[in-house]
Amino acid sequence: MDNVTTHGSVAHGHAHAAHHELGFWRKYVFSVDHKVIGIQYAVTGLLFLLFGFTLMMIMRWQMAYPGRPIPLIGAWLGQDRAPMGVMLPEFYNQLGAMHGTIMVFLGVVPLAVGGFGNFVMPLQIGAPDMAFPKLNMMSYWVYFLGGVTMLASFFPTGGAAQSGWTSYPPLAVIAPGQTMWLVGMIFLITSSLLGSVNFIVTIVQLRAKGLTWMRLPFFVWAQLVTAFLLLLAFPPLEAAGVLQLMDRVGGSSFFMPSGLVVSGKPLMISGNGNPLLWQHLFWFLAHPEVYVLILPAFGIISEIIANNTRKPLWGYKTLVYSVVFLGFMSFIVWAHHMFMTGMGTTMSAFFQTTTMIISIPSVIVLTSLLLSLWGASIRFNPPMLFALAFLPMFAIGGLTGLPLGLAPSDIHLHDTYYVIGHFHYVVAPGTIFALFGGVYYWFPKATGKKMNEMLGYLHFWGSFICINLVFMPMFIQGLGGMNRRMYDGGAQYAHNAGLLKWNLVIGFAAWSLGLFQLPFIYNFFNSIKWGKAVDKNPWEATTLEWSAPSPPGHGNFLTEPVVYRGPYEYSVPGAARDFSPQFEA
Amino acid sequence: MDIPYIVETRPDTGLANGKLGIWLFLASEVMLFGALFSTYIILRVGAPEWPHGELSVLLGAINTVLLISSSVTMVMAWASLKMKDFGKHRLYLILTVLLAAVFLVNKYFEYAEHYAKHELPSHSTFFAIYFTLTGLHGLHILGGIIVMVYFLGPGAKMWKTNADQFTNRIEYTGLYWHFVDLVWIFLFPVLYLL
Repeated sequence: MDNVTTHGSVAHGHAHAAHHELGFWRKYVFSVDHKVIGIQYAVTGLLFLLFGFTLMMIMRWQMAYPGRPIPLIGAWLGQDRAPMGVMLPEFYNQLGAMHGTIMVFLGVVPLAVGGFGNFVMPLQIGAPDMAFPKLNMMSYWVYFLGGVTMLASFFPTGGAAQSGWTSYPPLAVIAPGQTMWLVGMIFLITSSLLGSVNFIVTIVQLRAKGLTWMRLPFFVWAQLVTAFLLLLAFPPLEAAGVLQLMDRVGGSSFFMPSGLVVSGKPLMISGNGNPLLWQHLFWFLAHPEVYVLILPAFGIISEIIANNTRKPLWGYKTLVYSVVFLGFMSFIVWAHHMFMTGMGTTMSAFFQTTTMIISIPSVIVLTSLLLSLWGASIRFNPPMLFALAFLPMFAIGGLTGLPLGLAPSDIHLHDTYYVIGHFHYVVAPGTIFALFGGVYYWFPKATGKKMNEMLGYLHFWGSFICINLVFMPMFIQGLGGMNRRMYDGGAQYAHNAGLLKWNLVIGFAAWSLGLFQLPFIYNFFNSIKWGKAVDKNPWEATTLEWSAPSPPGHGNFLTEPVVYRGPYEYSVPGAARDFSPQFEA
Repeated sequence: MDIPYIVETRPDTGLANGKLGIWLFLASEVMLFGALFSTYIILRVGAPEWPHGELSVLLGAINTVLLISSSVTMVMAWASLKMKDFGKHRLYLILTVLLAAVFLVNKYFEYAEHYAKHELPSHSTFFAIYFTLTGLHGLHILGGIIVMVYFLGPGAKMWKTNADQFTNRIEYTGLYWHFVDLVWIFLFPVLYLL
């Protein structure tokens, strides 16, 4: 793994604080230190994001130039995926399903929760480590196993899962590749469960002296609510995964209705199952999962905004109550993904109402963060640019979701590119931008070096322009009725005639977006060794992690941290400096 | 700095880390079995007919008694530690493991009979949910046995070095074990009687 080499250089500074010298394997590979595990999660997560994005760049070739051989790599994809370099529909479906799965379960969540949560949260609460360090190591390695299973699933005959990341039966039960997907998911879910127990116990039990609930950095609150969502929403998907596995391997019919006919032959199954049941169990997880994706982003953004506006967050308590309410509500909105299934108007009415209610705390969070900018003299460094871009991008993603939360408009839009545009605005220029901001912001803490700012600006502006060119046209295509699952974009439909040309724009924007990640990758690895060395608090921030050495040694803090004030006391009138850290009396 | 509150409780929360951890784990287990019980309800409500009398109520009842007894011996195993009687603790823990093992043997005979009659998960949604629920529950029993055997074997050394933490570990094992029993107490009427 690449991350091993990364840690090799990251952790040189550890030696002075270690009680006893651990061997290479225990120190960097099977480490129980939350910081090493956090970096392992983050680097693995970033690699999976790159891989998932690469799958999408290949799909975008097929959308832009249907039926033309894929350049560069087309020849190596093999006869059963792309004969003569031309993509088969089955392979397109595999790429689509695996892009979703990889981005959500192997990329964003491990980076946002496993990476940032593991590395930053214990430091911010003044803890020496996570509450259960061995469990922490285990959750990383179970996640790793899940990732390997998912990657390996491309190779057997029939290829990877191809029923979408939602894996709706009956298709998912009869299509090839799904079994390995299910096994991989069971690993990933188990890993998340172990992690979430660890996070909650750590936050509840290991807060430093004086760190009361209302003095917690907002990032920690966001991680706490996220951990509860993972803890309570993931088990039903684990149950659903076991049931689908039984359907595939054990021949049961949990999700298989009677009377199914495949390729002209009736299926020899007992029947009487309920395909809608899968959707309920799946979305019972997958809607809270949306908040698992967005809450850590809120947390990261809040830290960066407070730090670079040099002002307290506007409405800290309101933010806290909002995310707690958001977490609670996220458990009772799931069926707004299912308006098209014929589950009935009573159900639709209920879930429309809860969906409208859950938009309120999201708007409160966004408004608070926006108001925090008011009257500030803002420092425009790379993390802040990503944080500032997050606000309008998430707003576009959120507001375009409203028509999808109401059944009448959802019926028109549901199976179109509008939906793709909507949730990618939330997750890509939303969450992933926040995660990039977090990498730039906490990189000095993890390595003692700052990332190059010039390359940071290049990365930001390039990504910002390209990503909007990728997703904005999807709203146009979607409103025009272009279906979101056709492997050639749906060229046979007349209403798509004027819309398909946008696929060229999206394609070139996506490939350029890929190119603009190169400065980031170079910057990331180059700065570990050659970055500008900085002291332990380069951003002049107030929260506890900046009182530890950079990089923090084993046990994190040189003296036991004590907290004297709230998390964002910037520009306190009468204070000598424009920041009053939590850890200074 | 060492990790605090492994043995002693944190004053403002009144909890040791492990206790909070095991309760959170059990909360996720409730959601896991909750989802499976919901599946049972939805399948049964939607089914044109639902079989009755397919399972041996006698074997099920014996297993219920076995598991409830094992819950009692589990509590005794913990209480003996609290009274510093390590010998009694071992006796009760061995009894718990034995009761759990007999439960699984019983379950094996039940499964074997269904297998002989070709009553497998592919037979009907009733047997599908029966095997899934009892199979998953059986895995939980097996997990509990493994943990208890560990505390009878290498894990028992901790009694000498850190008696309080060992007692806590047995308490957490007990909490898990009671939960597994509780699941069975729902499973028995739902599958065998109703």
